This record gives sequence, structure tokens and C-alpha cells, in this order.
Amino acid sequence: MVTKKCVAMLLAGGQGSRLGVLTKNIAKPAVPFGGKYRIIDFPLSNCTNSGIDTIGVLTQYKPLKLNSYIGIGQPWDLDRLNGGVTILPPYMKQTVGEWYSGTANAICQNIEFIEAYDPEYVLILSGDQIYKMDYNAMMLYHEEKNADVTIAILEVPWEEASRFGIMNTYEDDMIYEFVEKPKNPISNKASMGIYIFSWKKLRQYLIDDMNTPGSNNDFGKDIIPKMLKDGERMFAYPFKGYWRDVGTIQSLWEANMDLLEESSELDLYDTGWKIYSRNPVEPPHYIALGANVKRCIITEGGIIYGDVLHSVLFAGVTVGRGSRVNNSILMPNVKIGDNVVIENAIIAENTVIGDNSYIGYSSEDEIKIMSDEREKNITVIGENLILPAGYRLEKGSMIDVDNYKLFQAVV
Amino acid sequence: MRDTMGIIYTGDSNVSLQELTLRRSVAALPFGGRYRIIDFILSNMINSGITNVGIITQNNYHSLMDHLDTGKQWDLDRKHGGLFILPPYVSQDNRGWYRGEIEAFHSNMSYIRKSPQKYVILSGSSMVCNLTYQEALEFHKENNADITVIYKEMKKVRKEDLSKHTIIKMDENNRVIDMEVKPANPTSDKLSMEMYIIEKRLFEYLIEECEARGLFDFNKDVLVRNLDKLKIYGFKYDGYLANIDSIQSYFKHNLELFNPENFNELFQHNGKIYTKVRDEVPAKYGENAKAENSLVADGCIINGQVENCVLFRGVKIAEGAVVKNSVIMQDSEIQEKVVLENVILDKDVIIRKGKHLVGQECYPVVIRKGAVI
Repeated sequence: MVTKKCVAMLLAGGQGSRLGVLTKNIAKPAVPFGGKYRIIDFPLSNCTNSGIDTIGVLTQYKPLKLNSYIGIGQPWDLDRLNGGVTILPPYMKQTVGEWYSGTANAICQNIEFIEAYDPEYVLILSGDQIYKMDYNAMMLYHEEKNADVTIAILEVPWEEASRFGIMNTYEDDMIYEFVEKPKNPISNKASMGIYIFSWKKLRQYLIDDMNTPGSNNDFGKDIIPKMLKDGERMFAYPFKGYWRDVGTIQSLWEANMDLLEESSELDLYDTGWKIYSRNPVEPPHYIALGANVKRCIITEGGIIYGDVLHSVLFAGVTVGRGSRVNNSILMPNVKIGDNVVIENAIIAENTVIGDNSYIGYSSEDEIKIMSDEREKNITVIGENLILPAGYRLEKGSMIDVDNYKLFQAVV
Repeated sequence: MRDTMGIIYTGDSNVSLQELTLRRSVAALPFGGRYRIIDFILSNMINSGITNVGIITQNNYHSLMDHLDTGKQWDLDRKHGGLFILPPYVSQDNRGWYRGEIEAFHSNMSYIRKSPQKYVILSGSSMVCNLTYQEALEFHKENNADITVIYKEMKKVRKEDLSKHTIIKMDENNRVIDMEVKPANPTSDKLSMEMYIIEKRLFEYLIEECEARGLFDFNKDVLVRNLDKLKIYGFKYDGYLANIDSIQSYFKHNLELFNPENFNELFQHNGKIYTKVRDEVPAKYGENAKAENSLVADGCIINGQVENCVLFRGVKIAEGAVVKNSVIMQDSEIQEKVVLENVILDKDVIIRKGKHLVGQECYPVVIRKGAVI
């Protein structure tokens, strides 16, 4: 086997339960994003753009869609003779089979995969973030600092610092303390969950951790604190630019809407750093006579007869005559009938909305909504659902195939 | 149809689209927002289950090779068969310049001989449609035909539109009894779509025979000359056909795609149309965008007004610009307050602020690749 300087391990096994019906049948990294992408396109494209061509993708929760999406990695130029992308599900061992019990455990169970490439460094990535990042620059920083582990950090607004895992550092960015969700943060350097480890060090810590009873086998909870305690060289790599964790309905919706800004902070047009995805085989989208499209993103295969305002439409979406889609995300192959109103909604793949429906209506006696309740205003509809004509759904509802009948508002 | 191979001839020199084909073959001409004409011909073969396709190139085949690459996008990167790009070459008995299809086929005879398939489907590269060949092949076998010509009845077209092509006449059993190549006064409306089915052994024989006699025109020398000797049958195609043989027809057929019937027949029937992917960002519409009756590909950024247009990938239309009845190819940029009507912009054209360009529906203004106005 050809040795590789750096192997990336992408944690893609999480359920992402906070995304509700959107991750009922698919793993979080496979959730569609930004009109033609899935979340995992971002770390995969970052890897290939950073020159990292050996990636293990750790899957566990509902991996079918993710597996078939990744395939042999061709869209990301990861169908390589040596390395490339490898899907790593949990597997049976001679005496016992076990699930991945934590992030560190998932890596530990795949030590053989990493060893095969005899890497100097291992890059740990998660599959639920939207950002563009040069991992190679981070690796050079890691080398320059002669670090054992380098953790990418983002300086977040101080008022939000208490929602993150915060790194306290010396002036030279050496980390001396790690506090998970501090009440009174003394730094605003939030961990992005992106780590580069010197492999030999990490290997030992992983094995030790597995032999520690009561451990959560988690990077944030166990490995990082233990390394800090042992006085290993740990550095914070400051990342600047757009970065969003899209683990919740609200954050997923907001990150999609960010793309509609005049000059979005997340520049997808940079030809030197393309975000690759598996392209649908569809003709260009068609905007019909009488349609009205403003401040929106539409991709191939779309057929638009109605009004689409401030929305993100994925491949193969149809919007019927007299319909209005506002502030919404319509995932691949969603079909909207005629005279439908869609407000502040996320509609998952292949769902069909019957004519004259109203998705996301607000009841009349509604008073002002508190800003921290905004999440309740986004209406979410699961995949593969066929809603009958005239279906009315109050805003903030979340429905799927199993319960949609219960939610239909009586007119 | 694994017993059938495809051969696409892209050297058609009697079709010229002025500036648009100066530096590319018709096969490589962009069409329909994100395709090139060869995509339709190739996809039809793939969708029929053909896995061995040879593409004969003549002049200006660089952009074609760049587009086709390894054939991966058409699922033709295969161990057995796959995609073969066959450029001209010079040897003792080969001048490297084909006077006609027969010379082209002959100089690629070793590829054809080596192919294990029993049947050959020959196709030209200027007819855009979405069809699969299974039915035609069945028809060919049932009739025990030597050669089957796929044709379409061209109702409501002018004589001039047929006189660049090959026209067939048939008896009641669909046997071709007469054939006119580029007739000044065509006596039938049955247009040969330049798609032929023939058993490979017979094909090899006919090509050798013509070559030996110094004949080089497939239609005249293989078909017309052998109307009595060979059983040539016509198979009728009923779907949408865009016959690209002039700037006018190119323009017309692009704008014809707004008709849902044509659009569906070309993109949703039979099979999907594959093309090279560019990994573009989805199209983005600004606050003041106004788009109606248009086909828009990925990578476009639209802030102005667009009506009855085909916009290829990566087209930028600035605020205040008005673009109507136009075909705008890849990566062209239209700046503020520009007015375009009945215009074809080739790739990478820049129209600077405030310029007005207005053509006629029957005579669009064509701007060559890379021009800055």
C-alpha cells in the first residue's frame, strides 16, 4: 500500500435527531443543502481541494442513501487508484460485534484502515457542517507548531460563546484549557470539531481510552481532556470565514437562506474551490410565462409556473400555476400543485403537495412571536409524502408519512 | 442491444452554421441550455443499451474530445467496448482527409472489424431527438432488411428545408423504392434522419466494395446505387426532431423548447440525456430579476430581465439588462442596461454596459466566441 501523509476520517454516523423528520430515513450528512448539494459534499470537496485523497467515511445510522450517494467517490475526484473514499460501517469481530459507541470509538475500530496507509497525521471531520476550509493549511500549521493535536477554532460572538466548546489559549495559540459550554467564557474561540492528530499519539490515546471503564469514547469528552491533562502540545488553529453547524431545523434553514444574500459569505462561485456533488441528470430548469422568481436559487430539472420568492429549490422541483412559495426550501423532486401557498417551510425529497393547499398558515389569534421561538415557525414536511388537495398545515408543524392525517387542519 | 454497436459520423461538412461552426463541428455545438448536439445522439445509443460506440471525427474535433473525455458521463468507460474516438490519421493508403463517410468508415475498418457486435447503427450528428433503437432493430429483423433507414415525415416544412438532406420514398410495405440526395425539388416529405441499421458483415462488405471503386458518399453510393439489389426499409419516427442545418434552424429549435410538448419529448421520454457535468452552482435570481418563458442552466446569475431565452451554464445578466428571444451560450456576460433581442451569443462573450443588439426572428444576430462588444 502506498503511504499517505494524511488520512481523513469523516464521522457520518450520527442520527441528527434534532433535524426531526428530515433525518428519519437518512443520515444527517446526506441531508440536501443549497439547491444541489448534500451536507457531506462540503467536507468531501474540502478534502479533495486540499489535496487529501484518502478518506474513511464512518457510517452507522441509516446509511443506504449516504452509501449510494458517495458511491466510488467519482464526483469528488475520489475514485483513486490508491486511497480514495472508503465507507467504514461497524463490523463483526471474531468474538463480538459492536456499534460505534462514540466518535473516538468509531476511529478506534478502524485503526487497521488508517494503519494501512501509515500516515503521519489523521484529520477528523464531522459531516454536519457547511464551510470551505483548506485542511492543508491547517496541516502546515500543525507541523509548524510541532503539535500533537491541532483543533480548528472559530471566534464566535461573545454572547454566543456559552453555547460552544471553548478553547482557552496562550498568546501563541497553545491550548491550556477546554471548557464545554462555559457559563462565563474567558475566550470566544469555539471548537469546530475539526482535529488534526499526529497519528502515533492518537493511536495510543484511542487504545488507552477503550480500556478506560466508564469512558464515553468521545473526542470532546474524553480524548481531548485527557491529552490536555497529560500536557500534550495542543494548538488552536484560527479559521476565518463562513462556518455553520446545521444540526437543527433553524440553523439548516438559515444556512440555506444565507445563500440568497446578494454576496453570500459562503462563496460557491470560486472556481478554485468548487463544491462538488453528484449531479442530477436533468435539463435546465424552465421558468414559464407568468411565473415570478425573485431572490431565489433554482437548479436543473425545475419547472416553475408560479411565484418563487426568497427560496431554495432543488433538482426536479415543480411549482404549479397560481402557487406561491416564500422563504422555503424545497428538496429534490418536490411537486407543488396549483394555487398552493408555502410559507417558511422545509419540504423533504419526493413529497407532493396537492392543489389549493396552504402550508405554514398562521392562526388568526396569533400574537407577536418571541424571537427565541422562531424555530417553531418553520414548517417541516418529511419525504415521500403525498398530501391531498386542500391540505392545510399550521406553521411550525412537523409531519411525515406516519402522522400527516392527524395534523390536517379542519377548515 | 448488446449485439449492436454505434458509429457516429461527425465530419458532416455540408452543414455549416457560419461563426458557430468555425472552430467546432456541428456535433460539438451547444444546444438546449446545457448540452452539445452529440449528447443527444450518444444518449440515444446508451439508452438503447449499446455499449460500444465509435465517434468518427474529421476537422475541429478538439472541443468534441474535450467534451467526451473518457465517456464516463455516458457510462461508456468500459472494459469491453465503451467509447472510441476515431480521429483521422495519415497512412500509406489514407490521406487523413475524408471526402465522404465511406472513406471515414474505411479508414476505421480495423476498429469496426474487431468489434464483436452483429449489427451496426450509423448516425450522423445534426439531428437532435430522443429515441431508442430497440423497435427499429426489431423492425429491421422482422423485415429481413439489409438496411433500415430511420425517417420522419416532415409536414409543414418548406422545400428548401428538405433540399439539403436525403429524402426517401417507400412502397406500401415500407420498402424504400426511391431516394433523393439533396434534391432541388424534393418529391417526398420523408426525411432520412441519417440513422441506419445494418448488419456489420454487410456493412464491411459494402464499404470495401465502394472504396475499391473510389466511391465515397454513403447515401449516393451505398444506398441509392443499391436500391434494387438491397432490401432497404424505412422505419418511421414520430417524436420531436430538431434538424440543425442552419443558423435559422438552430435558433428556431432552441426557442422551440419552451413548448412543453417538445420539451417533454426531448427530455422526459425514452431516456435521460447525459452530458459532461461542470459542477456549477444552482442558478441564482436577484431581487429585481424578472424571468419568463426561459430555460436556465446552473451557474447563471440573473439580476435583469429575461424573456423567451435559453441561457447556458454560467451566464450573467446584470441589473437593468433586457434579454429577449435569445440563445446565450456558456459563461457569457451581459452587463447593465444592455438590450438584446433575437441574438445568439457564442461562449464567453461580453456585452458591455448599455449596448443594444437587435436581430430579426428570421435572421438572428450571431456573436462569435469570446467577442467583447
